[in-house]
Amino acid sequence: MRFTARLAAGLLAGAMSLPAAAATLKATLLVPADDPRLDRALAERAYLGHATGPASDGVQMAIDDGQFELDAAQAGVAVTTQEVASPDAARAAAAAAEKAGVAVLLTDLPTDWTLAAADAVKLPVLNLGDASDRLRAQDCRPRLFHLIPSERMRSDALAQTLVARKWTQLLLLTGPSPADAVRAATVQASIKRYGLKVVASKPFKVSADPRERDLANPLLLTAGASYDAVWVVDSEGEFARALPYHTVLPRPVVGDGGLVPVAWHAQFERYGAPQVSRRFAKATKRPMTANDWAAWMAGKALVGAAVAAPKGPNAAWAQALAKNPIDGSKGTAMTFRAWDGQLRQMMLLTDGQGVISQAPIDGLLHPSNVLDTLGADAPEKLCKAAR
Amino acid sequence: MQTINRLATAALLAAAAASAAAQGTAYVSSEKDTALTLIDTQTLTVKGTIPTCKRGRHIQRLPDGMVMVACTDSNAADVIDPATGKSVRRVPLGDEPEAFDISPDGKTIFVSNEDDASASFVDAASGKVLKSIKVGQEPEGVKVSADGKTLYVTSEVANLVSVIDVASAKVVKTIKVGKRPRRMAITPDGKELWVTNELASSVSVVATATHEVIATLNFEVKGVRSEDITPVGILMSRDGKRAFVALGKANRVAFVDVAARKVTDLVLVGKRAWNVALDKAEAQLWVVNGLSDDVTVVDVAGAKPIKSIPVGRVPYGVVVVE
Repeated sequence: MRFTARLAAGLLAGAMSLPAAAATLKATLLVPADDPRLDRALAERAYLGHATGPASDGVQMAIDDGQFELDAAQAGVAVTTQEVASPDAARAAAAAAEKAGVAVLLTDLPTDWTLAAADAVKLPVLNLGDASDRLRAQDCRPRLFHLIPSERMRSDALAQTLVARKWTQLLLLTGPSPADAVRAATVQASIKRYGLKVVASKPFKVSADPRERDLANPLLLTAGASYDAVWVVDSEGEFARALPYHTVLPRPVVGDGGLVPVAWHAQFERYGAPQVSRRFAKATKRPMTANDWAAWMAGKALVGAAVAAPKGPNAAWAQALAKNPIDGSKGTAMTFRAWDGQLRQMMLLTDGQGVISQAPIDGLLHPSNVLDTLGADAPEKLCKAAR
Repeated sequence: MQTINRLATAALLAAAAASAAAQGTAYVSSEKDTALTLIDTQTLTVKGTIPTCKRGRHIQRLPDGMVMVACTDSNAADVIDPATGKSVRRVPLGDEPEAFDISPDGKTIFVSNEDDASASFVDAASGKVLKSIKVGQEPEGVKVSADGKTLYVTSEVANLVSVIDVASAKVVKTIKVGKRPRRMAITPDGKELWVTNELASSVSVVATATHEVIATLNFEVKGVRSEDITPVGILMSRDGKRAFVALGKANRVAFVDVAARKVTDLVLVGKRAWNVALDKAEAQLWVVNGLSDDVTVVDVAGAKPIKSIPVGRVPYGVVVVE
């Protein structure tokens, strides 16, 4: 408190020598009302790649972390969180926020809700938690940025890891949901990109019905083929969690169970990561997940923009946001891809207990930035929106 | 492979150079060992280890000749008498100490407490925390001016150097430098503060008279992308003519002409070159390689690696005692 008071005094002294007063970058975070991802029973499972707590936690930590830097630059960031219950509500909330002078919109919403919000405003929109590839491809938007890695980045990271291990022959198991079908197509694209081979592909279903045992029994599902690894696509998480050690052949499980590609894990121990995870656990009493990291990065992006242009206006912040590299304790400063607004970043491979490896794998080459071996690359031209 | 072969050849050729070195001991701290590795500076071989506190990081000599290592997980520093190779005392350094510096009179230790986002003044004799000053998140490098009046602390998150007036224990200014500032060196004439920026591949040169950044030195390494050039450790020769900067993931150490602010040589060392130290004659530069668990000894005159010596797990810092 004493500290705050002193800085406030410094701010006043500084204000005298500065012609313009400091401005506060205002942002609104839109989250779903009664977020089904955060139902206690589901959040407690803590499936890898799933959210376990509200996005506001990470955003708030970034602002707390950045306070010293903000004070020094005589800048400010204020984020308000608003719950919305439908795409229409997201659209209305976004428009109202813009009208109220908000400079940046943050969303942690289902895909169509984020699109509704983004289409209602001319503001930069930071997508915190939606990994859907279509937001970076056919449904991309000019001012839409993504902090969480895309599904494609995740599957590319895993495919690279399998290449490094020379586990090239894969059994692919896919769940019954529409999300599983979409994600399985992405997985197939990564498998193709990195020259792996699917020796067998089967659907699975979580069921105790003896008539469906061919679909539900891991032993039956993993029999009758020879493979190096089982890649399981299970957006829901329950089946994938129990699959390791239940295969007919003693082979590793990867994908949504076993070895899982994520943006962050609380056990990551390089690049100052433990300090970040420790601060998060201290503040929220839960381990920092990939979703939390993405939310934290969104907050860091706001802080970076505010510091780069302490007096605003909104247009200056929008420009700084798109260009400023962000330090996310992953070894390099990270930037948004010009072609689809995705934050390029290193990925972690985890078994849930620790970090097993990182992607891009060592030795992989790329003409301009090796991080662009993960996810949709510029020449693919999947996002047609002019940015 | 090529690198290893080249280093091995260099090691053979360098036997003569090594024998010219003064008798002494290099003390290497390692984050994942509770021990210091001792290396004979003449034979360039490990001669033993001594147990110390947990997660040893920054290591340097005190004005009275003792070796002090800050241990992050012990919340303390270990003080070792180089004459006996034994620990003589432990000094509490507050929570999670990482880097430190010592007042010219040796009475006060200035330390960065990384989980506390603070810099502390610690009484060297009693270990009592005299003052604690909030700085930006993840404070790292700590450097005190030669007259002991001004303390500089970097904050990795805030991209700032805090300038602290030691007498009043107050932050009098913050200097915006590059991304993730780490370590600092002050020119012997006291006029410039050099700050390494890990994620900006650069060094910010700050005029100590005005506390403004007056120049930025960007590192470039042929065949290495800028994001893989991550400078951390920095040291200046006694005459202030040359600076040595460890370039982290670029696996090299840069020799810099201080007056010209130009890189003169790039020397290939081990993986993730981290911190650096010089022997008394400034003939050998010791480079700690955090991800290859070794240190590389570099012949300063020839700007060539002499030998890489395996040490503990995740080595962090080194100090040479002669």
